[in-house]
Amino acid sequence: MAFGAFATSAPVVESAPRRRSRVALLLLLPGIAYLALFFLVPLVSLILTSFQEKTPGTDIGVYSYAFNLENYAFIFSTYGEHMLRSVFYAVVATVLALLFSYPLAYFIGVTLRRFPLLQALALTLVIAPFFISFLLRTLAWKQILSDEGPVISTLKGLSLLGSDAHFTGTAGAVIFGLAYNFIPFMTLPIYTSLEKLDLRYVEAGGDLYASPARTFFSVTLPLSAPGVISGTLLTFIPISGDYVNASNAFLGSSETAMVGNVIESQFFTSQNYPVAAALSIVLMAAILLLVSIYVRKSGTEDLV
Amino acid sequence: MIGRFFARYTIWIYATLAFVFLLIPIIYTIVFSFNDSRRTNIAWRGFTLDNWIYLCEEQGVCQAFVNSILVGVIATLLATTLGTMIAIALVRYRFKFRAATTLLLFLPMATPEVVLGTGLAAEFLTAGIPKGMLTVILAHTMFCISFVVVTVRARVASLDPAMEEAGRDLYASPGQVFMRVTFPLLLPGIIAAALLSFALSFDDFIITNFNSGPFVTFPKYLYTAAAKGMPAEANVVASAVFFIAIIAVVVSQLSAAAKRKRLAKQ
Repeated sequence: MAFGAFATSAPVVESAPRRRSRVALLLLLPGIAYLALFFLVPLVSLILTSFQEKTPGTDIGVYSYAFNLENYAFIFSTYGEHMLRSVFYAVVATVLALLFSYPLAYFIGVTLRRFPLLQALALTLVIAPFFISFLLRTLAWKQILSDEGPVISTLKGLSLLGSDAHFTGTAGAVIFGLAYNFIPFMTLPIYTSLEKLDLRYVEAGGDLYASPARTFFSVTLPLSAPGVISGTLLTFIPISGDYVNASNAFLGSSETAMVGNVIESQFFTSQNYPVAAALSIVLMAAILLLVSIYVRKSGTEDLV
Repeated sequence: MIGRFFARYTIWIYATLAFVFLLIPIIYTIVFSFNDSRRTNIAWRGFTLDNWIYLCEEQGVCQAFVNSILVGVIATLLATTLGTMIAIALVRYRFKFRAATTLLLFLPMATPEVVLGTGLAAEFLTAGIPKGMLTVILAHTMFCISFVVVTVRARVASLDPAMEEAGRDLYASPGQVFMRVTFPLLLPGIIAAALLSFALSFDDFIITNFNSGPFVTFPKYLYTAAAKGMPAEANVVASAVFFIAIIAVVVSQLSAAAKRKRLAKQ
């Protein structure tokens, strides 16, 4: 079970006594039935919809059940570029968020250990972006980084940028926004791992004449691997399905459209539900595939 | 000398810059809630409190905000109840299909929102359920349950069964044991799970967008407004929510610290 990797805390030891399984059933049934009805049935419904075909002679948005693979053939030939772009943006943004978050998580979890009050303050600052709507955060970046905004106009004034240079609407801006928005999801799990790190192992590395870099790569990083893995998953998965950052009204343009943007426009503008459904299925399958390869490669099957 | 100072404090300097970077868009949003912006809230035109005082004069902001609170409260109550029940069953009982149950709980967290959103929309369309407040609540409850289970489960696992045994030894009925021993001990975990659910529901845009029809939540209002110019009143609502959340976090941390101190003294 690859998804065990989401659990950041130590495995919970559950000594389940064998007793009153009828009570267990009563406790489980409502919630499980709810998830079956509003998670599993929608997935089945999505698969069925993805095979539908247009009902001849009807209005836009009316489809009937069929077993029709044309929708899939259509999306692979038309939106292959968007799929590759989504994966590329998601990988780059996840790596950027990791490079930004690791030292920050190390600072909070290790450097600030001696200062509990500062540590609590730092954690509050990391989760602070959660408390302001992510749409407004993204819009704020759009205005700060716009052509007339303070950053770009200053750089132009210093002749560091050409007068026709612009940032918003480019791939760089979308990747920047994606990385920024998901930094807390990366920092918190890594912090949880590093906070428990026993510094005596790190000292032992130094005592054995390992260079600081060697100690980091052979001791600190492997010991924080569970946090890095769950952080990258918690970042990569939502980023690959995001369509807010890449949309025209936010940091993107028509050249930066991701799979999510195509799904949105197929759903709302074209009302082509079968194509939107087929795209969702392909997105989900691609993510499950990439995530299971990643979890296996990073050698964490003991986590699972 | 200076080189050594930098080597020693590099991580402090880095962390300070990182926090400034994280806070930039938040500060921007709060500052522009005081902008005297008439039509568009892009250029700074001077300080005013009007956006805060005459908040609800802007069409739709307050309604969207109230809608989001309503959805958040109802979805949180439903998800917290269902999720807590599952968490107790997972830790305390042994049953068949345990692996399948765990998988069913993890999958919604590992599925991109756009897939959850289109899936539910396809289901509601097929079933002929009109989109509106009800479908938004149903959707939000669904994605909150897994997060509640993860949060409450850790608390149930750390609970000492001896406490409940003591209750039974004193001839308490199973109901009394639950209400007077188990539930109070689980309460901190349940509250944490409820706060997380509410935060997830309140800030959700993608799933809501696919399942709301004409019903407008605060994030949906923002998405629509972003295309035609964001009114400063939206910044006011977001800033107010931000301040309330920060105050709540600080108060809870201070009270936890005070409690630790009291326990240390005893």
